[in-house]
Amino acid sequence: MSTGRRGGRELSYAQAIGEAIRQEMERDAGVFVYGLGVDDPKGMYGTTLDLHRVFGADRCFDTPLAEDAMTGFGVGAAIAGMRPIHVHQRMDFLMLCMNQLVNMAAKQSYMSNGAVHVPLVVRAIIGRSWGQGAQHSQAFHSYFMHVPGLKVLAPSTPHDAKGCMIAAIRDDNPVIVMEHRMLYGNRGIVPEAPYAARFGQARVLAEGDDVTIVAISHMVVEALRARPLLAEIGLSAEIVDPVSLAPLDVGTIAESVAKTGRLAVVDTSWAACGAGAEIVAAVHERLQGRRAFSALRLGYEPTPCPTTRPLEDVYYPSAKSIAAKVAALAGRAPGDWQARDIVAREIAEFRGPF
Amino acid sequence: MTHDPATIERLYCQLRRIRRVEEEIVRIYPTDKIKSPVHLSIGQEAVAVGVCDNLGPDDILYGTYRGHAIYLAKGGNLDRMMAELYGKQDGLAAGKAGSMHLGDVAAGMIGTSAIVGTTLPLSLGHAFALRRRGSAAIVCVFFGEGAMDEGVFHETANFAALKKLPILFVCENNRYAIYSHVKDRMPEVNLCERAEAYRIPARRIAGGDIFAIRAAAAEAVAAVRAGGGPRFLECETQRWRDHVGPGEDLHIGYRTAADLASWRAGDQNARLAGLLGAAARERIDAEVEAEIARAMDFAEKSPFPAAHTMYDHVYR
Ligand SMILES: Cc1ncc(C[n+]2csc(CCOP(=O)(O)OP(=O)(O)O)c2C)c(N)n1
Repeated sequence: MSTGRRGGRELSYAQAIGEAIRQEMERDAGVFVYGLGVDDPKGMYGTTLDLHRVFGADRCFDTPLAEDAMTGFGVGAAIAGMRPIHVHQRMDFLMLCMNQLVNMAAKQSYMSNGAVHVPLVVRAIIGRSWGQGAQHSQAFHSYFMHVPGLKVLAPSTPHDAKGCMIAAIRDDNPVIVMEHRMLYGNRGIVPEAPYAARFGQARVLAEGDDVTIVAISHMVVEALRARPLLAEIGLSAEIVDPVSLAPLDVGTIAESVAKTGRLAVVDTSWAACGAGAEIVAAVHERLQGRRAFSALRLGYEPTPCPTTRPLEDVYYPSAKSIAAKVAALAGRAPGDWQARDIVAREIAEFRGPF
Repeated sequence: MTHDPATIERLYCQLRRIRRVEEEIVRIYPTDKIKSPVHLSIGQEAVAVGVCDNLGPDDILYGTYRGHAIYLAKGGNLDRMMAELYGKQDGLAAGKAGSMHLGDVAAGMIGTSAIVGTTLPLSLGHAFALRRRGSAAIVCVFFGEGAMDEGVFHETANFAALKKLPILFVCENNRYAIYSHVKDRMPEVNLCERAEAYRIPARRIAGGDIFAIRAAAAEAVAAVRAGGGPRFLECETQRWRDHVGPGEDLHIGYRTAADLASWRAGDQNARLAGLLGAAARERIDAEVEAEIARAMDFAEKSPFPAAHTMYDHVYR
């Protein structure tokens, strides 16, 4: 992935997040990290490891299991001028935070006519693989994209993971940072000096002329794997990572679609009422009367996530299924060609228990 | 205090069965045949067995992802449980549930949840419905002390007491939520007082003695069944393995070897084995091993579910 200078320092996605948080904690004494297990010996897959030792127990601490109140706690601390980072090991737990995030955090600035603001960061990790099942595998970004007053970031590369975390911490609004367990081991170039990603700035990860594939979070990895498969049948795919889901960089995506005439959105969630629906509609509105294009939404199969591996393999989009559906979008009759399987190493090699 | 031999045999059989099943899960896990998180009850079996010994087939059980012990203690089907852990077609939910969501309506166990505290309020509605239908059955809901951090525990306790619902609350207090000690989550560890604040009679059973757990549960179940409203039991216990997965966990450094050793020394499995004659013990052990061997074979031989089955049962 060409997300940084050649020859620079490599970090994993998890290390990049950890570095961003540490640097921001050094920079600003108002930044603190809290949530279930953040100060335990595993330190949230290493991303918060030992922060309580370095910065003290006031700035990195465990909480009772009380997501509703603990979210409100963060909102209150943010109103009082601090920059809390609330961490959730699975995004599924955000359902217990919904009231505080949607009815309180998202509304404070507006209802106070700007007198109050809520610089709160909510980190949410999507689980996948090893039978995470129906309640430990969900991605709820579209729920939050729907709500004015909330921002949503979903980095896929180590470089963007660091930039997004810093941007989220520095922003004066509630920001949900959606991370993916299957991205944590990915390595890439990450500059050491702090830098912030730009809200509403998509990233073109690979250029192409025939189809635009917008992929979200872990699906970026699968879309990049699908690209050479499509090349085998002469289709050149442009891969766009929105990075920032709310606000969304409609311009970059629309520009790409204006060139290719085809848009496929591959989401890390279900397609119905999802980010893909929003992206297709927004691009359509932007290009209306200028450029007609064909469109496709891909996502999880419309069922809860099954536990057993053979059904999981059907449930999630893969490089192969993405390539096949994008080929069909481009008018390739099925039977013309069969996409190969490409092993998703991070999934095939993942071992539990969690 | 002496206990009648039939009771000792029955309790030992269940303790042994659950322990050996989970030891087999530990043994098999490195083969990757069980591709799902497992939360073992090794060390905690006496709570499930002591409480469930007082429940009948019509009584309803709700629980958590740490569900193997309660399911088996409630009279669960080991073949289908193992097939579920293997992700196979003959599993309890044909591979859709895995270890974290064991459920079997035939055994009176409604599917368990991996979101802490979420089955607590379900017990309210189920108990309400049972009473409305004039059923003599009660609802028993198991949860860890971690669930008592959640607001929903308090909302549930309040409503249960308000409506005098037939619910037995069983808190398995193993003192840890993953690696977080209860003292780091509560200013005072007063679980019974919390229930009593809602006027729910509560008892704490310290030390893990299975006979004490069984006796307290018997009294509580009788009171609930008689229409006396909810009861609360706090059963102190200790899990011996890591929060999730088959491993030991002393190397992680969040708890001490001495703490664990004291609980191992009080193992109820070994205690009851000692109370039984050699002949009875050997007979039970052999039966348990035979049942496990059959279940493993059943799970191995069951096919994986066909892809199209994934779409079944999203809706009724
Ligand atoms: C609402 C919610 N928050 C957090 C988690 C993550 N989590 C899973 S198990 C667990 C600890 C629960 O401890 P306890 O209730 O005491 O049960 P035990 O695991 O000890 O049986 C936590 C925090 C979760 N599953 N659900």
